[in-house]
Order: sequence, then structure tokens, then C-alpha cells
Amino acid sequence: MQIELLEIRDHLQRFPPFDALPDDSLDAIARQVEVAYFKAGTDILLYGAAIHELHYVRSGAVEIYRRNGALYNRLSEGDIFGQAGLLRSNKVRFPARAIEDSLIYFIPATVFAQLCEEHDGFAEFVEAEGQSRLKSAVESQGQASELIQIKVRKLISRQPVTASPHTSVQQAAQLMTEQSVSSLVIVDDSAPAAGMVGILTDRDLRTRVLAMGLDSTTPVSEVMSPNPITIQADDSVFDAMLSMLRHNIHYLPVVQRRRPIGIINLSDIIRYESQSSLYLVNSIFNQPDVAGLQSLLPDLRATFIRMVNDHATAHMVGSAMAGIGRAFTQRLLELAEQTLGPPPVPYCFMVAGSMARDEQLLVTDQDNALVLDDRFDPAQHDAYFAALAQFVSDGLAACGYSYCKGGIMASNAQWRQPLSVWRDYFQQWIDNPKPQTLLHSCIFFDLDGVYGEVELVENLKDLLAQKASSNPAFLAALARNALNRTPPLGFFRTFVMETDGQQKHIINLKGRGTAPLTDLIRVHALACGSKAQNSLERLDAIGKTKLLQPEALGQLRYALEFLSLVRVRHQAMAAAEGAQPNNYIEPEKVSASDRHNLKEAFQVLSNAQKFLRFRYPAQPSNKR
Amino acid sequence: MTAPATALDWAAQFAELAASARDPRLQAFYQAGCVTTDTPLEQVPLLALDVETTGLDANQHAIVSLGLLPFTLQRIRCGAARYWVVKPASELSGESVTFHHITHSDIRHAPRLGQILDELLTAMAGKVMVVHYRNIERSFLDQALRQQVGEGLQFPVIDTMQLEARLYPKRQPGWLDRLLGRQPVSIRLADSRLRYNLPMYQAHHALTDALATAELLQAQVATRYALDTPVGELWS
Repeated sequence: MQIELLEIRDHLQRFPPFDALPDDSLDAIARQVEVAYFKAGTDILLYGAAIHELHYVRSGAVEIYRRNGALYNRLSEGDIFGQAGLLRSNKVRFPARAIEDSLIYFIPATVFAQLCEEHDGFAEFVEAEGQSRLKSAVESQGQASELIQIKVRKLISRQPVTASPHTSVQQAAQLMTEQSVSSLVIVDDSAPAAGMVGILTDRDLRTRVLAMGLDSTTPVSEVMSPNPITIQADDSVFDAMLSMLRHNIHYLPVVQRRRPIGIINLSDIIRYESQSSLYLVNSIFNQPDVAGLQSLLPDLRATFIRMVNDHATAHMVGSAMAGIGRAFTQRLLELAEQTLGPPPVPYCFMVAGSMARDEQLLVTDQDNALVLDDRFDPAQHDAYFAALAQFVSDGLAACGYSYCKGGIMASNAQWRQPLSVWRDYFQQWIDNPKPQTLLHSCIFFDLDGVYGEVELVENLKDLLAQKASSNPAFLAALARNALNRTPPLGFFRTFVMETDGQQKHIINLKGRGTAPLTDLIRVHALACGSKAQNSLERLDAIGKTKLLQPEALGQLRYALEFLSLVRVRHQAMAAAEGAQPNNYIEPEKVSASDRHNLKEAFQVLSNAQKFLRFRYPAQPSNKR
Repeated sequence: MTAPATALDWAAQFAELAASARDPRLQAFYQAGCVTTDTPLEQVPLLALDVETTGLDANQHAIVSLGLLPFTLQRIRCGAARYWVVKPASELSGESVTFHHITHSDIRHAPRLGQILDELLTAMAGKVMVVHYRNIERSFLDQALRQQVGEGLQFPVIDTMQLEARLYPKRQPGWLDRLLGRQPVSIRLADSRLRYNLPMYQAHHALTDALATAELLQAQVATRYALDTPVGELWS
């Protein structure tokens, strides 16, 4: 005799983790389910009570609380709860109450245990309650990526060849030839720490010795790169790659604590990862003109797609893409200087927005500016910098970094100013926030110098870190601004969708997800006086000040990573199909468990916005 | 609160029926007894019951399927659900087929009602039946028993439709309501469920309808009655 509880079975199979179960498992569950109705406002689970069933929301809405009574989650149709108690000691850990009339299915512990036993996906899904399903979704990404798993030490092929700072450049060249290496680690044995003081490369001998016509007896200490950037032996290959991208260096000494144990160079990593972003960066610096740079656009997309297919995390992708964007910018500036001649006064080319934050994806426009030395005289010098800025801006547009619609570009005279003017700008924006200047703050307060006298931009970063944290009215204004864009969630965790040009129901992942999240992280980071630009590094900085609970920080981190990951994957898919990538997803087209995680991520954003509203109430002047 | 004067004393009635029944299966059913009129609802063992039939007249039409689901106010136990398709004595009409989707090929190898009578009565024994619109289940089972064993079947019933009818005694709109275009309050199963925010189900499958009825009673009690309401106030 076949008992068919079709209504139960058909409902279960629409929701994760049940949607991934085979038919016979679903039948078995449906045959053993128990059902009960809970009037709105009645308790379903009380803290510490015995629990022997997994709970499933068939209809209605349920709120889950922490032990202290704080709201932990709001569940709706298809959500499960109670698993944390089932997995540990059979006591309820998170009390639950029906907030609407709800119909609950109960799945006996024996069935639950069997499902966990037989289906890894099911086990992973349910074990996440209390930590966060989002966390496990994010953590499963990236682990598969070889670049993250492989340690730098694996790339080292030999001990570093060392020389003392007093060695002549000729002796150094002879040593390099004998040992057939392209770099030397310069070690000062007389120094108390007996450590590395610099590195010398083939390129240094060419550009700093031969090209400059220096004598062959010149000591290497005069031409080496002092205090080089290093990497720890047990850092990942990915970290090494990032470091090279970030600092535009081709040699990276590997140290064990402080002792140099080898040198890796660009080609070591390229050999390892033939389509890596570093390979692309290398090609960028070899292009003779804008047309050459433009021809790399397909490679840029291929690199992006490959990183996504290799399970890179969104953070990895964002950093690599920002590194590539920097390389394009730097090469364009080199080309501009070749045409225009050396700059009349020192300058720094500054990028703002996602490139400064190391969070760049495929769809991006350029946000940049020029910070000039204070000796700048408009009448005398501006023609040069206007031409430089125009060249770079046009070049970037040719390479896929479209012109900024808001005019945030160095080609715009307002954003091509000496440091003193920039300091005034920042000062005013902070002292006297207005709607328009808040927009500027949101863009320019993510800033990074990519070429030229980086100290000019560092000066602005210092000013910002000092001023912003001590100006509550500014922080309050920035906070309110950060609340303008809300996550696309309805009251009962349903998606609130927009309609695009083709009448498709879509969610704007950037506008309603990552952008407001980045905005609110910026507010907290500035309040902490942090100079970090990357949102994850900002969260680390916020963590040190105890402004937010570690748990809340963790949730923000996972929410940002997950939302970015969905964006990254969405863009990679479009790019792979030759379509124009964008930031709009149709929830109907993502998997049920991704949909679930999206809701959780948006919920985190929503809670974080509530906290921001609470911390910076509407009239700060009355409250303080 | 005491039960209304008209409340039936099913426990006493079962004792009498146990003595008068001739069929041993019926004797056993009545001997299993029935809760007393003043038993609090939350302690009453309930059985949601739904039959699908070839038509509405118990004298002409026959049962084609039965769904049973034991439950209490706390839990509906799907693990103990029973469902049978049975071969009716009368022909299936095309009209009824469109309702319950049970076709001639479904019933070709199905047992006769007589063959499942033992199991049916065992499942019902000691329980208070819960149905939506008692006339169908009561009359069809009574008629079926008369045909199979020559004597009828009586049992206590809580009718969820009747409970809804009590809430809306004036559910037919008056002249003013009609003038204002007000619709009568529907006490059909699906419409009643909506009022308690219960989900929509595919209707006319005996087991699904039994489940729908059980959930509805839980919802009605959670909304309108105390858990210790004497069962005598609800049954008939």
C-alpha cells in the first residue's frame, strides 16, 4: 500500500537542503513527518527544552532568538530550525516563536540523523545553524583554489645568492653570472640584526648603473633597492601574487621570520599559473601604445573568468582586478610621460572607489584624480597635467574603464589640484557636510596613490584618518547617507525586485548589496581612524577597536564576500558567453541555496544598517 | 463549563451498541469505547477522516477512496496515515472522476471495501472522528457497513465545517449586504483554511483532505477554544 503525502513531499523538494535529496529519501521523510499549527505569538521552542525533531516552516513566519532574547533570525516558508539543538545534546539552543499563524513540520531525529549520515550536502547545510550558512558557503569557495593552498616556499628553487653592501657592482654582476641568477640579496653582516638590507636585480644593473653611466666600482649599496618588500615562507602563492601586483615589483625575497631563504620572481609564478593576472600585468608593461593595451582586453576577461572557475574568492578576484587596473593606469602614465616629457612639478596619480579598495570587478568606470606638489602654478603647469590626465583617461576608456559619469576624473580641473587645495577640500567636506560633498566623500575617502609621489596621497590619508574620527557630525551625516540604499528584502524575507528594461524581475547586487555594505563599513572605519581602504581590512581595523562585536564583524565579512562572489560569478558567466557583464541578477535563476544565502547576506546588511541608525541617530547635535 | 444539554453521551451509546451489535468486528469497535463527554480536547485521540465518493447520495453512490490520519491537538502523525482506493459497487461516473482523479484503471485491482473493513475499524477504534461536512462520511460509512455486514455504523464526529458555521450564523448576506455586493462567508474546506492562514492544497485526494481537515481543527482550537474545552461541546 502506497501512502502518498504529496503535499508534504512536493513542498519539501522545493527548498534546500531537501531539494538536493533523491526521491526515495523525500518519500521517507514525508511518510514520517508530524505536523502542528501554531497561532501567531505562540512559542514553538523554549530555551533548554528537550528537542527530538528538526523543524520546518511549511507556512507562516517564525522568529529565532538568542539565549538573551535578542532576535537572531526570521524564517519563512521552507526554512528549517532546531538543528543546532539536535546536533548537540538535544536541548534547544535557539528559542523559536511563531510571529504569523504557522504550520510546522517535524522531522524525527532518527530520520534527521540518517539524512546527515547519507547525504554530505544535507549535513553541511544543517550543521551551519548557529554559525551561519553563509559562512560555510563562503568558506567552501576559495579553498579549492590552488593559489591559496600552495605555500610560497614551494616555489623556491634554490638558496638566495647573497652579497655584502660594499661589493662593487662589477663583482655583483660577475657573481650573478657565475651563479646564473637574476637577483642578489644584499646582506649586511656587520648590522646587529645581520639581516637583509636590499636586493639587486638585472634590471637595476641596467637602469641604475649602465644607463646612468656609473663606475663599475660603485658599491651595490648605492644602487640596490633598500628595505625590499618581502613575503613569509608560509604565505600563499596568492599572497605573493597580490604583493607583486600591489607594489608593481617583479622580485620578492622570501623570508623565514627575518632570514632570507630565497627569491621568487614574476616568472616563477607565471610558470606556475600560465594565465595568471601577473602574466597579464607583465604584458601590460610591455605594450608600446594604447592600441597595444586595448588589445589585452580579451585577456583581461579571460583572466577574470579563469580566476572564477578556479574558485578564487571574491576578495582574490577584486584584488587581482584592481592590480590589473593599476597596471593599466601606470603604463598609461609611463606612455604619457614619454610623449609629454617629465612632469614640471612632482605629482601623484590617485585612484578612488573600487580600485582604491582592491574590490574591482569587470564592470567598472574610472574614478581618478591628480594630487600635485604645492609648487604647482596653474598658468605655467596646468597645460601639462591637463594633457596627461586626458591621455590617461582616454586610454583607460579605450581599455574598458569607461569615463566616470559623475566626472570624477583627473581630466576635470576640479580634481587636478595641488595638495593644499586637496587638504582644503577634505577639511571642508568633513567640517561642513552637504549632500553633494557627501557624495564626494563616499568616492574620495577610498583613495590610493598609484603612480608618482605616493607621499602626496599618504598625506591626505593621514589627514582623513585624524579629522574624520574626531568629527561626530560628519560621521552622522555620512552614516545617514549610507542608509539611503536598503537591501532588497521584504518584511518576511522575500525579495523585493526591480524591473529592468526587458521587464525582467531583477535585483541590483551592487546598488542594493555590496555598495551599501561598503558604505557602512567606511563609516565605521573612519570612526575608528583607520587608514585601511579594503573593506575586509577595514573590518579588521574596526575589530581592534571593539566598535562592533566580533560576531557582527564576521557576519559582515561573510555577507560582503558572498554578495561579491555572486556578482563575480554572474559577471564571469556573462563574459564567458560574450555578453556584456552587469550587476543585475534574476533571483529566479539562481539555485535555491544561493537564494537562501543571498537572503541571509541581505539580512546581515539590514541588521548592520539598523545598528548604524541606532549609533548615529537623526539629530546628533541634540544627543551629544 | 458543562456540555450543552443536547450533547451526546457517546461513551454510554458505545456501551449499548457493543451489546447490540451482531458482527464481531463491530462489537470490537464499540467495545474499544469512547472518551467521556467532559474529556478535555487536548487529551482526545482524534482521527481525521475523508472519503471520496462516486457522488453525493449514499444510497446511490459509493466510496472510492478513504484517507485516515490519527492526530491530537499537539501533533498530526503522518507516519500512521492510512489510505485506500476501493472498488465501488456502482460504476464510476465521468463527473466524479474529474473530481477525485481516481480512474477505472486505478480501481481495477483495488480491494472491495469489505476487505479493508477490519483495518478501517481498527484504525477508528477509540478515536473521535474529525471530518469536514459530516453528512458524507457518516452516511457513506453507515451505508457501506449496511451493505457489507447488514448493520450500520455510528461514531462520534467533530465537524470542522459545523464549527465554522457556528462562527458565522448569519453567513448568508442580508438585503443590505446584498445591496452592497457582499459575498456570503464560505465555510468550504479550502476557504475556511484561508481564514486561519493555512496553505492551499490540491483538493479531492482523500488523504490530503484528511490532512487539511486535521490542520484546520488544530487552527480552529488554537484560535477559538481553550485546550480544556470538553469534547462534548464540539462533537455530534
